[in-house]
Amino acid sequence: MKRDLLPWLLVPLVIVAALPLVGSAASWVTLTVAGLAMGLMVFIMASGLTLTFGLMDVLNFGHGAFIAVGAFVAASVMLAMGSWMSADSLALNLAAIVPAILAAMVVSGVLGFAFERVIVRPVYGQHLKQILVTTGGLIVAEQLIKVVWGPEQITLTRPEALRGAFLLGDIAIEKYRVLAVVVGLVVFAALALTLNRTRIGLLIRAGVENGEMVESLGYRIRRLFVGVFVVGSALAGLGGAMWGLYQETVTAGIGGQVIVLVFIVIIIGGLGSVGGCFVGALLVGLTQNYIGFLEPKVALGSNILLMALVLMWRPQGLYPVARR
Amino acid sequence: MLRSLLSDDLPRSRWLSLALLAIVIGLAVAPFAFPGAKSLNVAAKICVFIVLAASFDLLLGYTGIVSFAHTMFFGIGAYGIAIALTRMGVKGPGGGWEAIAIGVAAALVVAVALAALIGLFSLRVRTIFFAMITLAVASAFAILASQLSDLTGGEDGLNYRLPAVLRPSFSLSDGTLFGASLNGRLLDYYLVYAVSLVLVLGLLRIVNSPFGSVLMAIRENPFRAEAIGYRTVVYRTLASCIAAAVAALAGALLALWSSQASPDTTLSFDIMVDILLMVVIGGMGTIYGAALGAVLLVFAQNYLQDLLAVLNKAMAGVPVLANLFHPDRWLLWLGVAFILCVYFFPTGIVGRLRQKR
Repeated sequence: MKRDLLPWLLVPLVIVAALPLVGSAASWVTLTVAGLAMGLMVFIMASGLTLTFGLMDVLNFGHGAFIAVGAFVAASVMLAMGSWMSADSLALNLAAIVPAILAAMVVSGVLGFAFERVIVRPVYGQHLKQILVTTGGLIVAEQLIKVVWGPEQITLTRPEALRGAFLLGDIAIEKYRVLAVVVGLVVFAALALTLNRTRIGLLIRAGVENGEMVESLGYRIRRLFVGVFVVGSALAGLGGAMWGLYQETVTAGIGGQVIVLVFIVIIIGGLGSVGGCFVGALLVGLTQNYIGFLEPKVALGSNILLMALVLMWRPQGLYPVARR
Repeated sequence: MLRSLLSDDLPRSRWLSLALLAIVIGLAVAPFAFPGAKSLNVAAKICVFIVLAASFDLLLGYTGIVSFAHTMFFGIGAYGIAIALTRMGVKGPGGGWEAIAIGVAAALVVAVALAALIGLFSLRVRTIFFAMITLAVASAFAILASQLSDLTGGEDGLNYRLPAVLRPSFSLSDGTLFGASLNGRLLDYYLVYAVSLVLVLGLLRIVNSPFGSVLMAIRENPFRAEAIGYRTVVYRTLASCIAAAVAALAGALLALWSSQASPDTTLSFDIMVDILLMVVIGGMGTIYGAALGAVLLVFAQNYLQDLLAVLNKAMAGVPVLANLFHPDRWLLWLGVAFILCVYFFPTGIVGRLRQKR
């Protein structure tokens, strides 16, 4: 099979094209790292959504709820460990962050399992009802968050070790962004390895291509789907926790804000494709940061413009999934 | 006469007829039956939201497509009037009415053009694309409106003066009638009421026309509709243009009533959620359902809080339960009702009423 690498080339192309526009090399590096960090965080949140769509044709408008819950759980855990967070030692800081993020993933994953059972299962195959019911789920979840954590926003200060920036000459790179890039790449690598090198991944990919055929070979695609849904929700929780630390504030509306970016990314990538989602996320993160620097007023429309351009080039997204 | 006014789409249920009659008459006599600024405000809001929900039902219930950009068109209508009245003022020879005319016309053009653009772009592929793309476009638009503060007044929105005859200071006569003073506010209310009534009857006409039947055919089976020879893209796009135009008019009515337009009251996602709740709880696929849902939701917004406050007091000691019944959590209960409606009563209140008769 011939590999279609053209969309992948877009990412370095955008990065290189931005250099003369931005002008100074120092701000170009800063912006590129910021763009990659943002893109990778969005990718973490979007990957689960695109996979569940590809596998079962389920589009979950309530995905933002998992993001928000992840952010809130992580925030509570970190606030509870306040002294470790403010300690001037990387080890103690990590000892606070790692359990916070794990808790966020576990709670989001469990919530995802319940969500799949209660909200999504009865409406398989009915798109209109799916959109409505999952939106209803989002409304209820957002209100429940306010019931549990109160309606005010939570302020979250990043731990000492992740504040500030690395200075290389006159180039400043924020430490937290480097961490975000590393975590994002690890998640992508793990997903890519699972999908391409394991038996489960093989089944998932086969299910995306043709679910009926996989079923007729004797595999339960429903069970596979529940697994993917739970993992996707957990990843959304991880992304939400990281996004909360990035913004340093957590509000109940966080899911609604990010889900728009997530949708743009999975549309650009082609619904159902993890690789496309990765490229789309990087493109969105990079263009938003470059354009935000060059023309702040246009930055808001830049994602929509990017989406329109990509859809004009490939109406089904960068990597259209077969049959859909 | 009544039959042709309702475009041959009778309520077909005794209780529904009664409810609708109560709404039409209740809103008509509201200024006299329930005097007071708050109740008049609620009545005007109900009129506006009936139109808005009914136009959304044309998309959701009749054509079977979900748009999250309906508030965008609502906002375009409101800002059309707001910007025109702010810029041109009410001092001119037309007393502000020429500004209103220009504002409405401009809003209609922008709304229809945008709807056509989004439709042609995204309705070709799949309806699920449309839902996501409208969500993205609407959120970008809302941010844009609060950013362009020179034009839109930013987060605070615009406050402006209405034409003289619509202001409270304008007096028709010195006396009062059934406790309500006969001033410009009353005229304003009846303007909103009359236009809303005409728009709802117009929508009834549209959904009961051959065009409406094609939309329903597309909802039931797009593939088959295409096979019979109807261009589904064209029909879906037309439906979304009509819905956008009516939503813009509803926005214009709101702007004429409240003499202010801000992102919170016209463009926010909260309003989109409200419209969704109205249409689904009231009953998808019937204009009457949208009307019923709108009445219910506006009432809930304004009065359910009071009920919850009572429950909240009763459970003041219990930690989580008290929060569940906090007056600001009314949306939680409506959200649960919404989910139950989608599962168990997909035809909403109107569908239930019609089944019984």
